[in-house]
Amino acid sequence: MEKPVLKMSAQDLKFYYGSVMALKGISMAIRKNQVTALIGPSGCGKTTFLRCLNRMNDIVEGARVEGEILLDGQNIYAPEVDVVQVRKRVGMVFQKSNPFPKTIFENVAYGLKIDGDCSRSEIADRVEKSLKDAALWNEVADRLHESAIQISGGQQQRLCIARALAVKPEVILMDEPASALDPIATQKIEELIQELKNNYTIVIVTHNMQQAARVSDYTAFFYLGDLIEMDKTDKIFTNPGNKRTEDYVTGRFG
Amino acid sequence: MSKKFTERLGFALLAACAVLVLLFLGIILFDIFSKGIGVISWNFLSQPPKQGMTEGGIFPAILGTFLVSIITVAFAVPLGMFAAVYLHEYARPGRTTRMIRLAIRNLSGVPSIVYGLFGVVLFVQLMHLGTSILSAGLTLGLLTLPWTITACEEALKTVPKAYREGALALGATKWHAIRTNVLPYAIPGMLTGVILGLARAAGETAPILFTGAAFFLPHLPGSIFDQFMALPYHLYILATQHHDIAKVRPIAYGTALVLLGLILLLSFSAIWLRYRYRQGLKG
Repeated sequence: MEKPVLKMSAQDLKFYYGSVMALKGISMAIRKNQVTALIGPSGCGKTTFLRCLNRMNDIVEGARVEGEILLDGQNIYAPEVDVVQVRKRVGMVFQKSNPFPKTIFENVAYGLKIDGDCSRSEIADRVEKSLKDAALWNEVADRLHESAIQISGGQQQRLCIARALAVKPEVILMDEPASALDPIATQKIEELIQELKNNYTIVIVTHNMQQAARVSDYTAFFYLGDLIEMDKTDKIFTNPGNKRTEDYVTGRFG
Repeated sequence: MSKKFTERLGFALLAACAVLVLLFLGIILFDIFSKGIGVISWNFLSQPPKQGMTEGGIFPAILGTFLVSIITVAFAVPLGMFAAVYLHEYARPGRTTRMIRLAIRNLSGVPSIVYGLFGVVLFVQLMHLGTSILSAGLTLGLLTLPWTITACEEALKTVPKAYREGALALGATKWHAIRTNVLPYAIPGMLTGVILGLARAAGETAPILFTGAAFFLPHLPGSIFDQFMALPYHLYILATQHHDIAKVRPIAYGTALVLLGLILLLSFSAIWLRYRYRQGLKG
């Protein structure tokens, strides 16, 4: 297997909510076509870090960022960078599935219609492909023009993944994508993540230790705004280098 | 006295308050309906007043109120809607925004006669719009703005943050996200607020008193720069200014009934529109 190449990296990233420092200087490498899991107790900064990766924290009032996040070597926080372009390249799936109250088709097409430069047939093709890639096509092919609100929770979350895929991102950020789903829907999402990593780089926040162990190649353990340890997932779960990591992954705290 | 009894007593008192309010409303409606229904006829609705307002109908007043309402809506809705979008979506929370909001809330407490005087100065004199449908409509528009802005902001608040974030995360600009993924879902709420504000404006006398409403006009208005007759002002004249108040009392009640009917119609259309829009969204 060829050595994974770097897709994104954080360099001494500090994040403040007002005067509160939520990330205390995170440096981390995110490798291409790999799944990176972010774990840690509530309030440790893992979701904040995830939302820095596509600058979703920009919309938080009083938020401030220091340090750099590189995407293919380019600092996404550089003044000349267009945040809209960053978010097209780095997509996001939220903790609570958030289908828009439109039809299934319109949900997936939403991102494609933003610039208005896709033809109708292109949009239709991309919607179909995205739904197939998100393993949802077979379940919704005959009701694309029905409301997206009426499908099940697991289907909604896969719809949100399809919606993110449609704009052809390079990186997909997932914020506890299965935390509100039942075990079967969760399993489908996890299988999907394994499929997707062939074409995308994935960063996933999860509270579920087994999930991190199952789906990820690399795991980063956050604690109180610090990155305590990051390594291959096997190593983190079998032979962690840090006592706090070991205590957390073995369930002694958190 | 047992706890259960105290609780029942409390509930009974609360219920009595609610019933009392309904009772007042019922009495007013019944009084106006029973005294006004007698004069209501097609002629009453379609004819101008005759014989010094002691006979004939109130058509010019209905038309005038209708035309003024159109100006009010055309002015207040876009302005109020976009002001609300600015305040809710763009303005940074802080001192200035708080002051603006406070000012808007306070505006809704300004007596309507003050709006009337302001309308005279601004629209009639400074802008040379004359005493006209336009001036009166704009004055009523100002009067409804605080309600419109507040209602629109409340409607924007009900749109989940997840819709905005979801759109932004797909690479939408802020305005694109608001236009395609926030406003469509806020519009039913906005409409409801706007129509209820209009219902209130349509019944106002003071703001149109100096800005365009006429005691009596032999002709219907030909353009928005003409004076007009209006239902609330007509009612005011019939009830207090007429030389033979006792004789025109039935017509006054009929006018009140028509005005009430119009306002109820507006309220119901607000409910209907909202319902229709929500049905449409599900599809």
